[in-house]
Amino acid sequence: MTTTPRTRRARRLVALLATGALAGLTACGSGGTAPTVSSDAGPEGVDDGTTLTLWTRAPLEAQAQLLVDAYNESHENQVELTITPNDDYVTRVGAAAGSGDLPDLFAADIVYVPNWTEAGLFADITDKIAELPEAGSINQGHLDAGTYEDQQYVLPFVLDLSVMFWNKDLYRQAGLDPEQGPTTLAEYEEQALAVQALDQEGVYGTAFGGNCGGCGVFTWFPMVWASGEQVMDEAGTESLLDGDAATEVYDTFRTLQEAGAVTPASRDETGATWVADFQEGRVGVMPYPATLLQGTSETVDVGVTPIPGVDGGASTFVGGDGIGISKDSEAPDAAWNFLSWLMSDEAQVEVLAANDVTPARTDLADNEFAKEDPRVQVINEVAGAADSRTPFAPNFQQAFNAPGSPWVTLFRNQVYGDAGTLEQDNEAISEALSQ
Amino acid sequence: MTPPSTPLPPGATTGAPAGAGDDPVTASLARRSPLAPRAGRRGRPVRPGRGRGGSSSRRRQGWLYAAPTALFVLVLFLVPLGLVLRMSVSDWSLFAGSRGINVPDNFTAAVGDRLFGPAVQFTVTYTVVTTVILIALALGLALLVQEATRWNSVVRTAVLVPSALGLASASLLFYALYSPQSGPLGPLLQRLGLADGPVSFLGTPSAALWSTVALVVWRFAGFYMLLLLVGLQGISGDVYEAASIDGAGRFRSFWHITLPLLTPSLALCTILCVTGSLLAFDQFYILTKGGPDNTTVTVVQLVYSTAFAGANDLGRAAALSILVLGALVVVNALQFKALRRKDV
Repeated sequence: MTTTPRTRRARRLVALLATGALAGLTACGSGGTAPTVSSDAGPEGVDDGTTLTLWTRAPLEAQAQLLVDAYNESHENQVELTITPNDDYVTRVGAAAGSGDLPDLFAADIVYVPNWTEAGLFADITDKIAELPEAGSINQGHLDAGTYEDQQYVLPFVLDLSVMFWNKDLYRQAGLDPEQGPTTLAEYEEQALAVQALDQEGVYGTAFGGNCGGCGVFTWFPMVWASGEQVMDEAGTESLLDGDAATEVYDTFRTLQEAGAVTPASRDETGATWVADFQEGRVGVMPYPATLLQGTSETVDVGVTPIPGVDGGASTFVGGDGIGISKDSEAPDAAWNFLSWLMSDEAQVEVLAANDVTPARTDLADNEFAKEDPRVQVINEVAGAADSRTPFAPNFQQAFNAPGSPWVTLFRNQVYGDAGTLEQDNEAISEALSQ
Repeated sequence: MTPPSTPLPPGATTGAPAGAGDDPVTASLARRSPLAPRAGRRGRPVRPGRGRGGSSSRRRQGWLYAAPTALFVLVLFLVPLGLVLRMSVSDWSLFAGSRGINVPDNFTAAVGDRLFGPAVQFTVTYTVVTTVILIALALGLALLVQEATRWNSVVRTAVLVPSALGLASASLLFYALYSPQSGPLGPLLQRLGLADGPVSFLGTPSAALWSTVALVVWRFAGFYMLLLLVGLQGISGDVYEAASIDGAGRFRSFWHITLPLLTPSLALCTILCVTGSLLAFDQFYILTKGGPDNTTVTVVQLVYSTAFAGANDLGRAAALSILVLGALVVVNALQFKALRRKDV
């Protein structure tokens, strides 16, 4: 294409303007240092009527709303809650982090927290946590996930644990003991097959998120931990998912799949509706999010037991969200007031435990509300069990949770495809972890 | 920041001067239309009788007229493009921002991604399948509607209604229809005896592809039909009359009159369809999430997941976007060239 001097001049002008605009954009992007919570504000921070903003993702809406309402009612400070759909949350936080528009407080899926603290999205609250009277009993898995280079950035917001749920009505019909869930992996398989043997229209032994990395992580990792093995090395850069216990787990699900004891929907399940069939009373037994106990009990007579390993044991995935003060907060002292209240007995027992949410403090596992429902007690106890974990890896999302992650490839091959690719699939996870 | 999501090829603007029209595709088509005002080969208006020394106030006026569009192009297209270009050469993570130059690593990493090859292959397959089916179907529908006199408005409305629905909403609707738990389609097929056992619409690679193609065809057939209908109505009845006097049958007059005279409309549809399909994202994001087993990952989805779902690497995602942009420029240039030759 030929250019006349005039168009060339115009182009140069356009290029110049564009560069100027870019320089402006980046200038606002990288500005500012992280705020610090002042030490003279006291262990409870400041409650002076500041309006605080708080972001979290949709799956935790109910719990977040309870906490925010209770806080707003008893404090001068007012928290404005913003809920974002699960799949868009990372995108939204990323965009806000780039432009310096993060809210005062924001929660993060605990498995992403190592990555986010490393990127400097949270303000350092090490000294403030140390001042808390409850410091010693706060859930260690969440605290560890929020620690970067010996500094602490995150407190547990809402715990989301995985436990084994079974449908007592179906157990009765299948001739199983309705009060006794599986205590080993083999028992899980047997009981699922027994429910399947009822041969009822639309009723299946078990279900799982067959195309959902996060579901697999949440429900299968505890089976490995309960067997006394690990899923990753300590630094979270090497995958150990080709171990003996893990192989047993894959075999169990492959057997169930081949026996037709898994809901047909499981195979394509990307995570949006992976518990729906159980909720409708059409699944015998499956690993399940403990936060859904209340809702599920409305339609199903639910039994609860910890997730077992190959030869017994008990474990859970200590998931859920951690919360911290953002690097962009202009009112860190007021934001700390919310966090210190969040750790108090009032928030943990009167708000969370009263609504059947597991308290984030080990000393409150045996609270007054748990005494009313032995199932809640089971859940609270397994949160502090020796084999329960919050996995730590900076590249967790890429390796496990992302759609089409190497982990999804691995377990789909193990359950549906060519099981001989285990070593090479595991290698792909290690590669993603160590990037 | 975001991958190129405009349905129109950004590359197509390079030849058109600012102010030539909002829509680069129609603008360049209009340039070749005999009805459009006479324009030079490069699109600059030819002003007979007015030399280069024409009054400078007139020239200023011209710039003023062009200014609003130029401003829009600058702010909404050139600046973001510049930002993407900068990202593509930088080590730029989603959370940490720019951390210096990272060339050519961004590009080698983007091409070296384990999903890059499959994504390109799938995107091309999807584009070919969608374009062929959509254009053929839209042409058929347009001819039908053109011929039908009695049910004309009913048919036209029925076919066009899906176009009023956003692609994301349409995808959600189909997600519900295909759902193995609550969708009505599976049981319906079973009752009709067309399938034994539960139907998995998104469970196998080819089922996922065809289920998505069905959605897109349903959603866009009406739109392309309308475009072709306008083209059909632009063909003068005299030509057909002359043909029938010469003894041409239905098929001959379709082949020798309708098709050649419809070429500009068909060209527009093909370009829109190819570009739109190469940039496919919403439907797969909602329906399949790239599954099963990463067999329905499109290139734009790869851009998205590199940026926001896992790697959180805006630099690599931007590099991939630039590659997509380059490919689109080439594809569009080739299409224009091929169509221009036919035009002569």
